[in-house]
Amino acid sequence: MADLKTFRTETHQWLDANAPASIRGVGNTLLDGNWGGRKARYSNPDMKAWLDVMAERGWTAPEWPSQYGGGGLSKDEAKVLQQEMNTLQLPAPLIGFGLTMIGPTLLQYGTEEQKHEHLPGIIKGEIRWCQGYSEPGSGSDLASLKTRAILEGDHYVINGQKVWTSFANLADWMFMLVRTDPKAKKQEGITFLLVDMESPGVETRPIKLISGASPFCETFLTDVHAPAKNVIFEVNKGWTVAKSLLNHERNMIASAFGTTAGKGRGMRDWAKEHLGLDGDRVADPAIRDRMAQYEMDSRAFRLTTERARDAAKAGRPPGPESSMFKIYGTELNQRRLELLVSIAGPHALGWDGPGFEDVELTLTRDWLRSRGNTIEGGTSEIQLNIIAKRVLGLPD
Amino acid sequence: MALVLTEDQELLAQTARDFVRTNSPISRLRALRDAQDSVGFSRDVWQEMAQLGWAGILIPEEYGGAGMGLADLAVVLEAVGRNLAPEPFLSTVLLGGQLLAHAGSPEQKQAWLPGIATGEKILALAYQEARSRYDLNRVSTQATAEGDTWRLSGEKIQVLDGQSADALIVSARTAGEDSNQDGVTLFLLAPDTPGVAIIPQNRVDNRAAALVNLDGVKVGAESVVGPVGQGFQTLSHIVDLATVGLCAEMLGGMSQIFDDTLAYLKTREQFGVVIGSFQALKHRAAKVFMEIELCRSAVMAAANAADAGESDLALLVSLAKARCSDAFVLATNEGVQMHGGIGMTDEHDAGLYMKRARAAEMTFGDAAWHRDRWAQLRNY
Repeated sequence: MADLKTFRTETHQWLDANAPASIRGVGNTLLDGNWGGRKARYSNPDMKAWLDVMAERGWTAPEWPSQYGGGGLSKDEAKVLQQEMNTLQLPAPLIGFGLTMIGPTLLQYGTEEQKHEHLPGIIKGEIRWCQGYSEPGSGSDLASLKTRAILEGDHYVINGQKVWTSFANLADWMFMLVRTDPKAKKQEGITFLLVDMESPGVETRPIKLISGASPFCETFLTDVHAPAKNVIFEVNKGWTVAKSLLNHERNMIASAFGTTAGKGRGMRDWAKEHLGLDGDRVADPAIRDRMAQYEMDSRAFRLTTERARDAAKAGRPPGPESSMFKIYGTELNQRRLELLVSIAGPHALGWDGPGFEDVELTLTRDWLRSRGNTIEGGTSEIQLNIIAKRVLGLPD
Repeated sequence: MALVLTEDQELLAQTARDFVRTNSPISRLRALRDAQDSVGFSRDVWQEMAQLGWAGILIPEEYGGAGMGLADLAVVLEAVGRNLAPEPFLSTVLLGGQLLAHAGSPEQKQAWLPGIATGEKILALAYQEARSRYDLNRVSTQATAEGDTWRLSGEKIQVLDGQSADALIVSARTAGEDSNQDGVTLFLLAPDTPGVAIIPQNRVDNRAAALVNLDGVKVGAESVVGPVGQGFQTLSHIVDLATVGLCAEMLGGMSQIFDDTLAYLKTREQFGVVIGSFQALKHRAAKVFMEIELCRSAVMAAANAADAGESDLALLVSLAKARCSDAFVLATNEGVQMHGGIGMTDEHDAGLYMKRARAAEMTFGDAAWHRDRWAQLRNY
């Protein structure tokens, strides 16, 4: 404990001395954070400096082993680091699927050679990863995927199409699922493979969403070559790796929404402004009730994620699955935005141009974007199936 | 405080579950109902529960209790709630006992707390009136000063365990208008005081409750509990604490009906397969599961906040009660629906849980009432 205290003091001093002033108080969410990669653009050059100075210590990936460039910190030390970053209002130096999805997967399933090849690039923010899972005919039924990989000598030749590849147009590498044995049962002919996005035959095309934004792409693969050494775990055993990674993905989504739940950007003030006052209360009792319901459910949700963490720390067996957090966290985000749209009324109808404030235009786009939250990363219905089967033991 | 049971609490929970399994099957409640038992619970079972220390968990050691917290009592209440045990935890331990422990004079404490801890004394709190709904300040029962005595007149409704209580605590107005928060005073009186009439009521959940008529009841100054005119403030705090206990009991009830429903989904066959294989039912079961998990977190947080005296206790109590009210009703409605026709029969237990869920929902404020309180506490 004394060590942890020293660590806290030293960490605070080091962060304070090394974090550029201009990045303090900057957001670090999935939307406005620093994703790194070869194509990274920095509107504020200090963000790049912040990334480099943190990566140098391995503190972009605090708990990863130091032999791959990670911070080598214990869970408790990593928590202290995060707390001190919060205290100083410092954004995460780096975010993305390298840190949250493929990195943890490589640590679990990769060979020493694969770890040494890929983890340092993730930690330094040099390589940005994307996820090649869904296909046009394979959404919720992911294991039905058809993208074919055929071994020719020491490399695979890949043909097929992926869809909903988040930020494929900005990524350097893709981790993907390919079919290597079309005759086997659908889960048993899948292989987990790493592909360089600069390989000839890879083409990406952004998809425009109802919100107007294009965070996802279609990815076309035509005779793409990938070295056989880029197979993770075993050939035809990719489904095992895929499921483990999906678990990381659900946790990432749940924690992203879990931390914002209930913190509805000045919802109360907005409600009072748009709906008027009855005494000192929001005038519309129906909206008031929805606000209270939303806030209370958010509090219960945050308490439940806390309880899961406390139970894990106390060495108790895991309680509710990550599926529950994925469902509830995403639904809360949708409810928050639906409610804000109800509160804003006609002011929530702007698309762009005059007569609407920026905050109103952003709300409209966020509301539309949030409808995807219960679809991406496994639909709520798939998560309910998982709870029914794995937690409640209901039969297929 | 961490949202995880301590090792001592795990042990206590295990003891409680074991005791309830062997000594308090749900058939007890049914038998008491069918016999139209005038007490509504078993004095023998209450004695055994008291011997296990449960009646005195919250009572300070100097008065013969264990001086433990609500988080400890909550694990016991969850276990007894699983089988809808009708023993007087709510009336005697959570309401009457806590009120005297917090606001009673040294003489009042000495007279009643040791007897509560041993299971010998039953208390009842008469705070509800016709149309007072969930507002503790809506008191029309009058207490008029006559020299250094008081004269009480009015009617209290659904007084839990009123018919078997050794003492009643009554809220009455000593000043102010009908719904003023100031001017409510609490009186402790014997049920055989002249002018007191106790008439048993028959509720849908079969929990013992009574009308208490007060017709010019004369009591002395020593019967006042807490400061004169400040009874609403005392009641509010005690009812908040009692609500945490009620929520723990509700958590047990909803967990049990959900377990029973899941077991049925895994055994009942239609169309040649078990009905639990149908996605229409699976998804609904998964949703009930999630609601119960959220309730558990809220109840633990509220109990911890009560024991630590945290400033956001009222918010957490409202959170727990709103969630438990909705979830218990949902779990029992779904339980009856998923059991199909058998769930509608009196012979099946599902209906007992449904009735208890409604009664619990309408004790100490329903979900809508607590959401409104939350909004008020959060200044909107």
